[in-house]
Amino acid sequence: MYNFEFKQPKTISDAVNALESDDAQALGGGQTLIPTMKQRLASPSTLVSLTAISEMKGICKNDDGSISIGGGTTHADVACHSDIFFGLKTLAENIGDAAVRNRGTIGGSLANNDPAACYPAAALSVGATIVTNSREISADDFFQGMFDTALEEGEIIVSVKFPVPSSSSYQKFVQPASRFAMVGVFLSNFGNETRVAVTGASEGGVFRWCEAEAALNEDFSDGSIKDLSIDHKDMINDIHASKEYRAHLVKVMTKRAVANAS
Amino acid sequence: MPKDSGIGAATRRREDARFLLGSGRYSDDISLLNQTYAVFARSEVANGIIETVDTSEAERMPGVVTVFTGEDFVDVGGNPAGWLINSRNGEPMKEPKRPVLAHGKVRHVGDAYAAVIAETEQQARDAAEKINADIKELPAVIDMASALSGSNFVHDEIGTNQCYDWGWIEDNREATDNAIKNAHHVTTLELVNNRLVPNAMEPRCSIADYNSANDDYTLYTTSQNPHLTRLLISAFVLGIPENKLTVVSPDVGGGFGSKIYHYGEEALVLAAAKRIKRPVRWTATRSESFMTDAHGRDHVTKIELALDKDNNFLAFRTETMANVGAYLSNFSTVTPTILHGTLMAGNYAVPNVYVNVKTVFTNTAPVDAYRGAGRPEATYSLERVIDKAATELGLNPTNLRRQNFIKSDQFPYVTAAGLNYDVGDYDAVMDRLEHHADLKGFAKRRKKSEAKGKLRGLGINSYIEACGIAPSNLIGTLGARVGLYDAATVRVNATGNISVMVGAHSHGQGHETAFPQIVADLLGVDPNNVEIVHGDTSKIPFGMGTYGSRSLAVCGSAIVRGVEKIISKGKKIAAHMMETTDDKVDFDEGVFSVRGTNKTVSFGDVALKAYIPHDFPIEDIEPGLEETAFYDPQNFTYPAGAYACEVEVDPDTGQVTIESFTAADDFGNIINPMIVEGQVHGGLAQGIGQALLEGCVYDGDGQLISASYMDYTMPRAADLPSFIVDHTVRTPSTDNPLGVKGCGEAGAIGSPPTVVNAVVDALRSADHDVTHIDMPLTPERVWAAMNN
Repeated sequence: MYNFEFKQPKTISDAVNALESDDAQALGGGQTLIPTMKQRLASPSTLVSLTAISEMKGICKNDDGSISIGGGTTHADVACHSDIFFGLKTLAENIGDAAVRNRGTIGGSLANNDPAACYPAAALSVGATIVTNSREISADDFFQGMFDTALEEGEIIVSVKFPVPSSSSYQKFVQPASRFAMVGVFLSNFGNETRVAVTGASEGGVFRWCEAEAALNEDFSDGSIKDLSIDHKDMINDIHASKEYRAHLVKVMTKRAVANAS
Repeated sequence: MPKDSGIGAATRRREDARFLLGSGRYSDDISLLNQTYAVFARSEVANGIIETVDTSEAERMPGVVTVFTGEDFVDVGGNPAGWLINSRNGEPMKEPKRPVLAHGKVRHVGDAYAAVIAETEQQARDAAEKINADIKELPAVIDMASALSGSNFVHDEIGTNQCYDWGWIEDNREATDNAIKNAHHVTTLELVNNRLVPNAMEPRCSIADYNSANDDYTLYTTSQNPHLTRLLISAFVLGIPENKLTVVSPDVGGGFGSKIYHYGEEALVLAAAKRIKRPVRWTATRSESFMTDAHGRDHVTKIELALDKDNNFLAFRTETMANVGAYLSNFSTVTPTILHGTLMAGNYAVPNVYVNVKTVFTNTAPVDAYRGAGRPEATYSLERVIDKAATELGLNPTNLRRQNFIKSDQFPYVTAAGLNYDVGDYDAVMDRLEHHADLKGFAKRRKKSEAKGKLRGLGINSYIEACGIAPSNLIGTLGARVGLYDAATVRVNATGNISVMVGAHSHGQGHETAFPQIVADLLGVDPNNVEIVHGDTSKIPFGMGTYGSRSLAVCGSAIVRGVEKIISKGKKIAAHMMETTDDKVDFDEGVFSVRGTNKTVSFGDVALKAYIPHDFPIEDIEPGLEETAFYDPQNFTYPAGAYACEVEVDPDTGQVTIESFTAADDFGNIINPMIVEGQVHGGLAQGIGQALLEGCVYDGDGQLISASYMDYTMPRAADLPSFIVDHTVRTPSTDNPLGVKGCGEAGAIGSPPTVVNAVVDALRSADHDVTHIDMPLTPERVWAAMNN
């Protein structure tokens, strides 16, 4: 690790100011950034920790029925909150291990947009709104490819607003070493519409499987996935899984998500 | 002595309290006044010519004390191979020099070519980045077959990538060929024994302290084998006289073989400490552990099994390529040969065995002995091909094994691979296995799994291994450049408590608990009054450390011999105290008595008398009560066992889960059954890790792809079932006074083929025409096997 300055502002506006200095970097739970810095692969001159900003923490139910989760809320807090719907709860309680869940935050995960992270699948599937210090971004516009988002330099995820589906499910097939998603499928059923988002599989990061959505809108049953297949051309190929195997898993996990939706 | 604390008692491990409470003292916990920090500059390419190494910028960095490059070690020796293996044609193996720091060429990713010594670790790391090395990358030699056929050499000076082409036993070759040619049935299998990274919990660490007043050195280092490390540094690498070098290996957090060996970092910190006359320390990062700890396994094998019309085994024949990496690590040449080929008869009365091993240099980290060392490779090949033969011939795999077992009345039995098995009862062990694993109930359990949509498979395996590696006179004829005895000094202190200085090294094996049980049992004292001292060459006699499940069989036997000498001397002292002659004195349960009388003296009184010899007949008895014994066994010991594993396979994803695992072992006599059980559990976890999860991957350019825990899968508790372990079959070894055999590696040896046999069985139950899948059996590999 290289030397850096450490700041821990208490308000969002102080954090935004602190992030204006050259080479400053926001620090959420540090579950990606800190290991990267330890490897000397990242060298921000200033780390702006967001962990002391109380207005970025917590979970609440909005008047329109949606749920807002503060950007600084940990996975552990999401996993055990009574207002969290089934798929999101499953997702949060299966990220990493207990130490990761007690540190890692939803804002950090979404801002990093690791192509194998779990939260992007949930946000994209339910059509969440990412609320930053300056604007609101719909999930469909937010994720722009592997490690790439619509966030501007210095922009902070203050909270994430999740519409609550009538049923949902998250099916993760883990990469055995890292326990990230080798393929993760988040399915949200809003009665009249089903949305399916896939993480871990694609070179382009999280994406919606539109053919499956169309088929499920016709008939919400795992049988309707049976004859679908997904092109493996853009899938990730690594030592854990080939493109073909990942494409196969997308289908298997989607079927399971339908069968397990609750 | 309480009866529940001697030999055979399941006493708790006394060392666990300090390990579990974080109060162990590891090398990295040692902090010396005025110490400096070493950081290495390591190659990012697998193969390259070092054109220049410019250290000037690094030397000007803040806090830098000095910088070393390969140039500084051109005139000192290399890290040697400890075992000479000759090729079939009689030529000695190729032994290219392994320098302290790379010079001229770098040969694997992580190969160190320079080192910075600075006031802080951070400063050393900053400066190491400023070393400007001009390294011209060359194509990497990675694949073993291409390495053997190509003309791109890891070591240009030897003009080949083949270290040796070894045959075992060469005189058996023709008979084996003929047996296979004329056999009723021959089963052939090609398989890969996957390369593994050892992953000790504690990374390697070395700290050198040079005392210029006396011109002597102390090296604190993570070693399984401190005397060997000292010998190698003294006799081969730096030439420091042995009596000027103390090697201390304190608590060590796991080794699994990787800490048997001497590494260049140890020599570097010693040389640096002398140059700057200050202590120099280095602790590996986890990345360095992945890149530079000696890896394990990495064989590619073709095995043939010939059978007659009655299904009797006629011959095993193998051809193996064994990856040795870029340099010869200390025991890299013996692991794929003597420790592998000699076990290639397994538990079977097979008349013909022939083993051919070509060992190959590649641009990868050195490969050496890793938990099991050669025996897992042998067992895997044998037990996979036997299962395949059973499938081809429509036979029950358990019965096929039983039919061909060496029978209990045939021991001692000299195998076609040249070993003399002293004792065993493989059918009795298999009986225990069948009982615990409820093999009869399997069909019902398979139906239950099928009802859930899962495929269920049963794998059976039997294994034998050779432990307590010895005897010196035999291994000498086989090329060993060391002896393989061990040593113990038993010091009875004046107040009656006992210090035992041992050559073995404990880094997870529980010696501090098990060794006192032996001493206490033989002397009739409380084991809590016995302390084990290990890991410091200035305190312990010259022993050969811990590996190959040898500590109890070899060092434990040295302890027995030492205690026997103590009793013998104690009798002389007691005879003097009771005014008789020592031939009339008996010793039992801590009391010396005169035969036929009621005269007694206690062991404690004798000890006190030994150190306060006011009325000693000093012309007959020396004061003191301390004895040293060296023990060199007559033979290996031969633990053996039978394992069963049941798996479920998810047909949609290929995911394998282990539903049950049963291990029945014959370890001979047992000193502490709880420690034995723990050792078996650990071995099984490692073997299951190899079978399902662990795989070290280099790409074609020699980049280590599985270089962190993000990509290298370690077994976790949740991957493992609750093991059923049985060690009630005990045929005591006839070659050591304790009748013990060794248990540290058994689990890692016996479990990989058991798991693979089970998965193949599961797939075949759903009519998939699968006969083999290479480890690790990742979900994708299993899925691909089901879907061609």
